[in-house]
Amino acid sequence: MIPSTKPPKHLKMRPPVAVAAERTEDLGPPKIEIRALNFYYGDVRSLHNITMSLADKSISAFIGPSGCGKSTLLRVLNRMYGLYPRQRAEGEVLIGGRDILGPNVDVAELRYRVGMVFQKPTPFPMSVFDNVAFGLRLGGGIRGAELKSRVESALRDAAIWDEVKDKLHADGRSLSGGQQQRLCIARAIAVKPEVLLLDEPTAALDPISTLRVEETLQALREKYCIVVVTHNLQQAARVSNVTGFMFMGELVEIGPSSRIFTSPQDRRTDDYITGRFG
Amino acid sequence: MNRRALRKAKNAAFLVLSLIATMTGLACLAAILWTLLSHGLAGMSWHLFTQMTPPPGGQGGLLNALYGSAVMTLLGILIGSPIGVLAGTYLAEYGRNSRLSTVIRFINDVLLSAPSIIIGLFVYEIVVVHMGHFSAIAGALALAILAIPVTLRTTEDMLNLVPVGMKDSSAALGAYPWRTTLSVLYPAARSGIVTGLLLAIARISGETAPLLFTALNNQFWSTHLNAPMANLPVVIFQFALSPYKDWQDLAWAGALIITVTILVLSISARVLLAMLQAGRGSGR
Ligand SMILES: Nc1ncnc2c1ncn2[C@@H]1O[C@H](COP(=O)(O)OP(=O)(O)O)[C@@H](O)[C@H]1O
Ligand SMILES: [Mg+2]
Repeated sequence: MIPSTKPPKHLKMRPPVAVAAERTEDLGPPKIEIRALNFYYGDVRSLHNITMSLADKSISAFIGPSGCGKSTLLRVLNRMYGLYPRQRAEGEVLIGGRDILGPNVDVAELRYRVGMVFQKPTPFPMSVFDNVAFGLRLGGGIRGAELKSRVESALRDAAIWDEVKDKLHADGRSLSGGQQQRLCIARAIAVKPEVLLLDEPTAALDPISTLRVEETLQALREKYCIVVVTHNLQQAARVSNVTGFMFMGELVEIGPSSRIFTSPQDRRTDDYITGRFG
Repeated sequence: MNRRALRKAKNAAFLVLSLIATMTGLACLAAILWTLLSHGLAGMSWHLFTQMTPPPGGQGGLLNALYGSAVMTLLGILIGSPIGVLAGTYLAEYGRNSRLSTVIRFINDVLLSAPSIIIGLFVYEIVVVHMGHFSAIAGALALAILAIPVTLRTTEDMLNLVPVGMKDSSAALGAYPWRTTLSVLYPAARSGIVTGLLLAIARISGETAPLLFTALNNQFWSTHLNAPMANLPVVIFQFALSPYKDWQDLAWAGALIITVTILVLSISARVLLAMLQAGRGSGR
């Protein structure tokens, strides 16, 4: 699935169009619907009037220069911002048809349904097994043999099973960076979330580990609604069905990755993907 | 003289001054250790650990004092450290920026540097006076009050060192803050928090003033928490000031035991901290 073309050092040409992009036409009903979303850090507005739908069982990538609001957008989708004072979102966001911004939403339950993987791998100070079992144990009810099999299948889906099956009881922090990140992906998908959010999941990884994580995402596409933020245009082109370009808190345009990377409609998108700024 | 030469001369003078200061400090420390060793080693014998403190002129050991110190230190830590750890957790995880936290931090800093004799007087006033007599439990309470600020401060500092991503990841899985604290943050900060406990033990196990006003002393074997109890610091204090040679020897031996214990505790704390930092480095 991964083109063998090496990324050019400076982006003067358009990146190669990914094979994955061919699947974009038959995307099913939307999993995430966002209408007129505005986001504020204190009095500063960081997201401007964002409206879009994201399909289930597909990978949506968001690209854009640093500070354009990509992380902020992800942090709205699992209400992560709620952990911090003076941050608030306005507008409407539906996941699986259910409103998630309302005051009566059970945030813990929402976060159980919406998994998140961060830029820096964050293995918990416990064994590989316990890391993956963490979310399952939170929900309660899953124990013994069932717990074991859920942990194993999560590790398999995250393409790390073969590397850790003999050290399930080693501390998660003893794995390599790339393995840690795939462990975090396994931990997030173990609870079978409806949506998986990834914020620059490969930014801290070496090229080989990056490829492994991308392969993992490709494999997970069949099961989840995946939203990935990336700095790496080739990555977006390689793995995503749909790409959105963000700029200064606005969603400039979103569409099938094949189109965004070959014939963007907005000049700012064109400038960005041809490396004229950002 | 040009500027460069002047700067060089200033640098040299500064270096010499720092060296002299360092040497003075080290020399004092060496002198203390030497005095302790030369006087204390002479008095070292099994009797110390098998016999009670003797009357003047009699033969004896420090068993009751060692026991009392161990019991009161342990009780002090058992009472004080949960308060310190939980309050530190509150400051680091729940009330990071609240006004209450600012007040608590300030009071804690005051407590941290308060002369321990004041703590002794305080417990004397509210416990000993009301009970009508000195007691081991009053001593343990005074030590607990001394242990709180140390454990509180280290717990807060160590929890603040845990990467935010770790906390966010746990919350992102739907964990409530209490679950994150128990299952993720405490294990992540474990060696740091244990270091704080060791430092607190080291701090309170050598305190004399708070015990003088609370547990006082007891020449006999006693396990009653409700009665005065012997303890090393006060025994050393009394025996060292006495005119009797054998009491003075026991005081030296006791001083050596306390110093070695505190040394071992401090070194363990440092080793633990180094291990914590090494783990952090290789972890990510
Ligand atoms: N905690 C915060 N407090 C205030 N402003 C913030 C905070 N986090 C991000 N911002 C601002 O919000 C904007 C979007 O940030 P972010 O979503 O992190 O961008 P990106 O992930 O695209 O680099 C930036 O201008 C940034 O300065
Ligand atoms: Mg970001």
